[in-house]
Amino acid sequence: MSEASRLSRFNIASLALGLAFLYLPILILVIYSFNASRLVTVWGGWSLRWYYEFFGDRAMIEAAWMSLRVAVSSANIATLLGTLAAVALSRGERFRGRTLFSGMLYAPLVMPEVIAGLSLLLLFVALNAERGFWTVTIAHTTLTMCFVAVIVQSRLGSLDRSLEEAAMDLGCNPVRAFVAVTLPLIAPAIVAGWMLAFTLSLDDLVIASFTTGPGSATLPIRIYSEVRLGVKPEINAICTLVIALIAVVIVIASLASKLSSSQGESAAPL
Amino acid sequence: MTDELPRANVAADRGGGDAFPAEGQPLLRIEGVAKTFGTFRAVDGVSLDINSGEFFALLGPSGCGKTTLLRMLAGFEAPDEGRILLGGKDIAQALPHERPINMMFQNYALFPHLSVRDNIAFGLKRAGMHRADIATRVAEMVALVKLEGLEKRKPDQLSGGQRQRVALARALARRPQLLLLDEPLAALDKKLRESTQGELMELQRRLGMTFIIVTHDQEEAMTMASRIGVMNAGKLAQVASPRELYEAPRSRWIAEFVGDVNLFDGELKLRDGHRLVIATREAGTLVVAEPREPVSQTKLSVAIRPEKVKLSHRGPVSEAGHETAINSLDGVVADICYLGGISTYKVKLDGGGIVQASVANSARLDVDAYSLNQRVVAWFTPDDCVVLSS
Repeated sequence: MSEASRLSRFNIASLALGLAFLYLPILILVIYSFNASRLVTVWGGWSLRWYYEFFGDRAMIEAAWMSLRVAVSSANIATLLGTLAAVALSRGERFRGRTLFSGMLYAPLVMPEVIAGLSLLLLFVALNAERGFWTVTIAHTTLTMCFVAVIVQSRLGSLDRSLEEAAMDLGCNPVRAFVAVTLPLIAPAIVAGWMLAFTLSLDDLVIASFTTGPGSATLPIRIYSEVRLGVKPEINAICTLVIALIAVVIVIASLASKLSSSQGESAAPL
Repeated sequence: MTDELPRANVAADRGGGDAFPAEGQPLLRIEGVAKTFGTFRAVDGVSLDINSGEFFALLGPSGCGKTTLLRMLAGFEAPDEGRILLGGKDIAQALPHERPINMMFQNYALFPHLSVRDNIAFGLKRAGMHRADIATRVAEMVALVKLEGLEKRKPDQLSGGQRQRVALARALARRPQLLLLDEPLAALDKKLRESTQGELMELQRRLGMTFIIVTHDQEEAMTMASRIGVMNAGKLAQVASPRELYEAPRSRWIAEFVGDVNLFDGELKLRDGHRLVIATREAGTLVVAEPREPVSQTKLSVAIRPEKVKLSHRGPVSEAGHETAINSLDGVVADICYLGGISTYKVKLDGGGIVQASVANSARLDVDAYSLNQRVVAWFTPDDCVVLSS
């Protein structure tokens, strides 16, 4: 390694501070999840007691199951719709209002969640829809679809159009050409998009609390309502499990993204 | 040496090859094909016949419509007007996969997720070929383009030259009636390009296949093609053999686009048998051979290729009976450009014009080489000149 590329003391210090700022609270939370004491702030030795407690807590398990189902379903729908939108926007013929359409696709990226949640709530009330699993799933789909579309679109944009033309030249009709050549090349971006949609849905509190109904609380809603009554050590255990799950998903997503970039020219933005 | 030489030469060239559409039906007939993008007429009424077994080059500057024409042959663009007949059948509106035509793309467009073998087999699988036959054909193609041992590699593990070969093998694997090559050698360096040119020609001859190549490189077109179609601003400016294109360009633009040329504008003064006497402003009175098509205008341009212009200290070496028919121009050497094999001299004529002469450096220690500011005589015969309407 050359002298220039080595980190200076200042760089090391700022890196350490930055990482500490980001991860110290999480680290403390993880450590305290193994705390034997009933009091959250007092260390009482190592124990897995709160994990047992969580797995015995029916309401909490149900909320976790609900969150997982919502996350998987909304990620599936969002990935399908987002990919179709990305393909239409980057591959389709130029249609009227295309620029407007692609601008509108990005709106949920910048729209405050409170507004998104409230407007969806008003819609569901107006439609007289029974609020529960499906309303939350639909709400999360609208939130996460644009993220999938952005990731897939950037990958499509970096793909050479002549690849599809070559496939057609070699005997594929346009649909076959897409399936045989384009789809395998954008697959890592689609996987990355799914992972992102999944974690966003799993994390979401605001939109879910607007659009859910009685008896179908997601995990973040459940945790939030528990915390308002005082932080129980059990919450630490749940949070640690959620962090572990999300960490695994993010690692897979970035591996998929890396695979995508080693196969093609550029990676999905992750 | 006769007066008829240039015409006779060109005519012999024309009749000599079997490349010219003479009898029977051409393999490909392009009839009045036009394509407009917005308000830009990229291809403007092109008609062209291509015979079976021909190596045809579409040559032109960038933006002249040659790639659009090629893409219409491949089926990626549909012509707005005209017909494209392949073996008598109109394919103008057919989709790419419905045509027995394959294309080699400029950037090769190899599928990055597939190995060399799978890239070559791609079109064969789509054609529904039997597995064993596919394996045989792929092996045959790999051998043809000399890629043995690289079958399992992915495109990004290959060099530029190897990728070019994979692209060629993939396009040839389906044994198309017509192979289109879009600037196939543009991405290769000069040495590799030259050897690949030879290989492509050899391959085309061996397979007896019909190739249409698009290029902006006139040397490439001249080297490889049996016929060249020069395109300019969406139109075919001239279709001719390389020799005819160079020695008998049909217009001023072609004369200037293909190779270097000295051009003198002037007026027709006298017609004397097969000779025309043209008075030019910059080079005085020139005697030139009458072109094949009779001249109707009086405003004419005289074109002389630099290598046809000879230099000497004292004037042309006279041949019996021809002294009067030789054009000799007095001037001063204004610029010398040494290029190794040849040197080009720019001679400033006393009449005001500049004539360029290229001279082969046939002796290593050339005591007769001309030096800057030296007075010389530039001379050429009437047959060396081409008359073009200005």
